[in-house]
Amino acid sequence: MSLDPAMVRRIAKLARIRLADDEVPRLQGELNAILGYVEQLAAVDVDGVAPLTGGAQMTMRMREDRVTDGGIPDHVLANAPDRIGDFFAVPKVVE
Amino acid sequence: MTMLDLTIAEALDALAAKRISAVELTEAHIGAVEALNPRLNAFITTTPDIARDRAKAADAARAAGNAPALAGIPLAIKDLFCTEGVRTTAASKILAPFIPPYESTVTARLKAAGSVMLGKANLDEFAMGSSNITSGFGPVENPWQRADGAKLVPGGSSGGSASAVAARIALGATGTDTGGSIRQPASFCGIAGIKPTYGRCSRFGIVAFASSLDQAGSMARTVEDCAILLGAMSGFDEKDSTSADRPVPDFRAACARGVKGLRIGIPAEYRVDGMAPEIEKLWQSGIDWLKRAGADIIDVSLPHTQYGLPVYYIVAPAEASSNLARYDGVRFGARVDGEDLIDLYERTRAAGFGAEVKRRVMIGTYVLSAGYYDAYYLRAQKVRALILRDFTEAFAKIDALLTPTAPSAAFAIGEKMDDPVTMYLNDVFTVPASLAGVPAMSIPAGQDARGLPLGLQVIGRHFDEETVFAVSSAIERAAGFTALPGLRAGATP
Repeated sequence: MSLDPAMVRRIAKLARIRLADDEVPRLQGELNAILGYVEQLAAVDVDGVAPLTGGAQMTMRMREDRVTDGGIPDHVLANAPDRIGDFFAVPKVVE
Repeated sequence: MTMLDLTIAEALDALAAKRISAVELTEAHIGAVEALNPRLNAFITTTPDIARDRAKAADAARAAGNAPALAGIPLAIKDLFCTEGVRTTAASKILAPFIPPYESTVTARLKAAGSVMLGKANLDEFAMGSSNITSGFGPVENPWQRADGAKLVPGGSSGGSASAVAARIALGATGTDTGGSIRQPASFCGIAGIKPTYGRCSRFGIVAFASSLDQAGSMARTVEDCAILLGAMSGFDEKDSTSADRPVPDFRAACARGVKGLRIGIPAEYRVDGMAPEIEKLWQSGIDWLKRAGADIIDVSLPHTQYGLPVYYIVAPAEASSNLARYDGVRFGARVDGEDLIDLYERTRAAGFGAEVKRRVMIGTYVLSAGYYDAYYLRAQKVRALILRDFTEAFAKIDALLTPTAPSAAFAIGEKMDDPVTMYLNDVFTVPASLAGVPAMSIPAGQDARGLPLGLQVIGRHFDEETVFAVSSAIERAAGFTALPGLRAGATP
């Protein structure tokens, strides 16, 4: 499966990364090289194999459902690029 | 021989015997960092004031008779660990302004153990790379030199950590390893480094790359030093849902166990086409050393080895594309303004991410997208299960595996840059252990024809770092690796 320029743009859109027009051919070549390399997995017989989803050799631990943190708006907002009061500020979303 | 040449074990003895003070040891390292870091670029941020404060506190604790385990030991902290009040960048421009309001569990443990933070070590951007070339803060130089004078890469992603330890501007360092990011730079820089079992060290406060693979570990000039550091870094943490709730063994004691009667597996599939003869020879030396030390050598097969890299280059980017979605210019990090919110996201991420990060986020986005998920991501997870099964079956017959760490010695900045896949091949021997979650360590064991260090890798069972340390120590003793890099503190240029 080979990505065409339109698909490269679509992926960039999904990934929320703006691409300049002159970046598309280079990325198309690089992404196709990577996808071509991983294509070899199609040769492996995986019938009846359960996917391995995590790295831990354990079942997920449960914890009590209680609030363990909070009440620190200044810490939460300390790195905000823009803030208005105790809120993160962004460009207007709703007209 | 100066204070900078001490191992951590020797420095702890010297501090305990009051032959040196933590302040003296720290000042010597701060001076060495100032002298060499402009050349090596091993640190993104240096923290001499914090180092001095902690050194004074370590001396005071020792005078009061209650010095903790690592009191006064100067360390480099990979700039992927969040440090409260100290800028943490993950070597990405998008995090350039980020000052964490909290501390990672691993660095909190090291702080509580009395260690001295010298600064935040450089790395590949978001730990994605095998060369440190992808750092948003400039490449790191390997302190080892080739006769042709070309600047060599330190490996990656924990390249700043490896370079600092090898150049003797830090006694040890933290690293993280997702597909080889501790072991490959350790091999390239002639030091030791261990990626413990997944779950051994808490991931809380470590900037996430691929969460099912990311694991913190230690890097130092000896196996024993790595064991000392790892002991202080490890342990259960309720803030990480995949942290292992089990006791931390005495890793340092395990170094002295010996290998008599241990069964060491030699996996046939790691004998890849075109392997450099000197690496093949070094591997054979490792086999001979362990045999002579009393181990039984057993040929084994890990049939799905060749699929490790392709699985990794689906699973890791997939997880990365999800983890890195948080960098949107809204809550923290750099922002580029836009006409509307989507435009702000897209411009922020275009400006903040480097080329390799963009590639991986895009690959990850693609393999998780509707219509391609089953063919790529789900299939990769199934092959990952087969790779784990290979290890489980092998470990029924053996106690540890011995392989080379990397397919080559350090290469020059600019080499292997033809296409992304050529660079990815660096991790061919380290990725399978990451996918299986088993502990693995690189030990400096020899040099290539050009005098550059080469490492051997020891892989153990889940949560059996003790055997990994025992086997690694035996290799270290037999190899007698004493060569030194040209660029190092105290060396005459």
